[in-house]
Amino acid sequence: MNEIATPVRAKMPSAEELALIEKFLSDTTLFLGPDPEIMQNHDLMPRTEAEDEAIRKMSDAHSIAKIRDRIQAGCDEGYEMVEQMGAAPGAKWGDVITGVYSASGDLAIASAGGVLLFSALVHHPIKFIIKNWMNDPTVGVREGDGFIHNDSRYGNVHNTDQSMILPIFHEGKLVCWVASTVHEGENGAIEPGGMPSMAESPSDEGLKMCPFKVVENYEIKRDILTFLQNSVREPKLQYEDMKVKLFACLRIKQRIEETFRTDGPDALVSTLRLTMENVRAEVKRRISEWPDMTVSTYIIQDSTLRENCVVKVNCKLTKTGDRLIFDFRGSAPEFTNRPTNTIVAGLKGMLSQVFLCYVWPDLPRGQAAFAPIEVITDPHSIMNCSYDAPNSQSLMSIFTGFTAGQHAVAKFLYSCPEKYTKVHAPTFNMINTFIWGGVSQHGETLGNLCADLNGMGAGATVDRDGEHALAPIFATMADIGEQELNEEDVPFLQLVSKKMTRDAIAPGKYRGGQGYTMIVATKDSEQWGFMTTCQGAKIPPMQGLFGGYACGTYPLSKVKGVDVYDVLLETPEKFKHSIEEIMNEQPFEGASYTTHHMGMGFEISKRGELFMISQGSGAGYGDLLERDPAGVIRDIEEGLISQGVAERLYKVKFDPVTLAINHEATAIARDAERKARLARGVPYAEFVKSWSKPTPPSHLQYFGCWGDDIDKLYMGSPNKFRAANEPRPNYMAHPKDVRIAELEARLAALGAMGGEKQ
Amino acid sequence: MKVLMTEYLRIDLDSEKWECRVCDHEIGPANKGYKEGMLVYDRDPREIHPPIIDPEKYRFTFSPDPEWVRILEYYCPHCGTMVETEYAIPGHPPLHDMQPDLPALRAQWAKREEIAKPVVGPEVLADQGHSH
Repeated sequence: MNEIATPVRAKMPSAEELALIEKFLSDTTLFLGPDPEIMQNHDLMPRTEAEDEAIRKMSDAHSIAKIRDRIQAGCDEGYEMVEQMGAAPGAKWGDVITGVYSASGDLAIASAGGVLLFSALVHHPIKFIIKNWMNDPTVGVREGDGFIHNDSRYGNVHNTDQSMILPIFHEGKLVCWVASTVHEGENGAIEPGGMPSMAESPSDEGLKMCPFKVVENYEIKRDILTFLQNSVREPKLQYEDMKVKLFACLRIKQRIEETFRTDGPDALVSTLRLTMENVRAEVKRRISEWPDMTVSTYIIQDSTLRENCVVKVNCKLTKTGDRLIFDFRGSAPEFTNRPTNTIVAGLKGMLSQVFLCYVWPDLPRGQAAFAPIEVITDPHSIMNCSYDAPNSQSLMSIFTGFTAGQHAVAKFLYSCPEKYTKVHAPTFNMINTFIWGGVSQHGETLGNLCADLNGMGAGATVDRDGEHALAPIFATMADIGEQELNEEDVPFLQLVSKKMTRDAIAPGKYRGGQGYTMIVATKDSEQWGFMTTCQGAKIPPMQGLFGGYACGTYPLSKVKGVDVYDVLLETPEKFKHSIEEIMNEQPFEGASYTTHHMGMGFEISKRGELFMISQGSGAGYGDLLERDPAGVIRDIEEGLISQGVAERLYKVKFDPVTLAINHEATAIARDAERKARLARGVPYAEFVKSWSKPTPPSHLQYFGCWGDDIDKLYMGSPNKFRAANEPRPNYMAHPKDVRIAELEARLAALGAMGGEKQ
Repeated sequence: MKVLMTEYLRIDLDSEKWECRVCDHEIGPANKGYKEGMLVYDRDPREIHPPIIDPEKYRFTFSPDPEWVRILEYYCPHCGTMVETEYAIPGHPPLHDMQPDLPALRAQWAKREEIAKPVVGPEVLADQGHSH
């Protein structure tokens, strides 16, 4: 008889054996990947004994305010250093943050400007260092050390962003950390600029720096630096900005050490901890002033940047007492081979930006402002992707997630008497700009982007129009830079720049702030190209607010088969200064004129070919029939809207030559339109009978839940889906294979395959 | 006690009804979505976001694709005010976008004065900076 087959009760290990097993597993861990315990948590770490002790010694509110201001000033000083000295365009326009972190790794005080979503994201790599390297004899954390990081799976948004992290000691004891983070751009990915839309796996996304030591004795280790330089397209930038970030951290360290001398380390520790705890408590108090309510919204992504399809970002926001819960379940499943997925920490970072910039801008910048707010997602979804999913274009999902949050929050804020900002319609949310790369007119290999991504149109507010080209949703105090300065370094010109795109509107009682046109053409290089990485060429990526409309859609237009520099030299009158005129009038004989969605993979451009895009509008607020007619006429005068569109939409009557408003005729036209609404509108119950369908339309590749059923996620067709909590691979076909199959089917239907063997 | 919920909607906590703030029309019970008391219109998005480049020549024109997205316009059935818009995938059930917890709302406003005009929020003024 086979003894093995005899059922025996498994032997339970003793406590001593259990400890031995745990030690064995710990000692023989084969790979220290991203730690879910760290990555899924955005709340503050528990108060430590050292923090308790420090607070017992010093908790005077005035002293804490004084020290906090001093550290805040130090962070702002470090920020200024990076902005002024950094080589990356991102550094120059403020795509930066600096901050001071507690000994446990929480961000307590951050620079006031810059990309505040970083404030919720750099604590993860520090906590990884604390957990894994602090007590590892082969690594360790010592005075003079500095750690680098960019792999978003270990924290942060995407791999363009590099952090320099320094531990700060006092008399041999770790007191806190300082860090500086910059959108560096280039990182050696398969496309230049660091945000490849062509990435089909994490292996296509360039440098993957989990947190590791790159500085000892406050000096960058040259061997590791050389390896990093060798891995990217801009080796000099890599070196320069590592130095800049290191020295910004050292300046903040200097300010901290001054505080050690004047107030002692306990005062600093107490300040960091109490700042976070007080902000967290204040956030919960402010939330409790909101109405208890559930608000639902969804935002539609219309592409993966490789192909057009319908990708749902589903958001239900519930407030109960002092709890606020974002529920993104029902959003599209993760794409296995498309880079528009985000790790959940990136989503949380962008949501914290909603509060720090648009709801409570008065709060101290730091991790605590979002710490008590809860976020729920489906596993392996575009809002919470897995380790194996590419995420280099996570911006697509965190930005649309941001907009869902901004849209939902506005509906809570309206009735709340306690306000710190005005109720705000969604701001435009796509980085409508040119990413560029190649060899410059100076022989330099470059890869980066135009700062025009920072010119997003603002949403309208409760009592005023949105501002044009105001700021990116991820950094309210960023700049769009001086294109003329940029052109000294790069071999292309923006032939049209900062000219508002007429009729690309978001109407409302208060209209959204509009975006401007960008027309670029390469000039002095045969090895230069562009890419664009935006959604929203078929479906607006926003919703309007309280009867206002969202923006329209924004395509990419190209004119090829022309050298526009020759045209400008020989027949300059043929050149036109708007996409509308160039595409409709087609002034260049023999050229080809085409339109595309905004996910253009990196494309080499020839001298004088035109690539044309527009920045987008923020959303409108309120019923457009309530818009002040004078505001409509001002928009006409400023070239924002054409006369015909203004009259048709806003029902304003005016003299086409003098633009004098006929108020009486306007009132009549608006009354007539309200009556027309009553005539054409269908009672809700009747409307849904014919409108609502049980499944997504079969003519669209649809991803995400349908209606309220968040347990079932569609994966491209009404017949293909998964249970929300049971991940499945979700592969997309190569767009060229799809096109080839379409064309072959047409050839076959025509009998024109020529007997080709299969 | 009436609570101003949006630019065009309020809730009467006594009758527990949604009301139109423009014409005082009683829209429907506040334990259901206000949209259920609205008129709805399925708008072709090209009418609001006009093509800037010629749709006869080009696939992408600055206008949303009407086969991919529609705009649901919700009107007050009494005065015709457009209370909300919703950019929707064709056939997607309309969103039940706001559902207040009425007992909690009543308890919250029991401690507050009724507000007839909405609180707009602070102005950001250029002359509020630090100066000596």
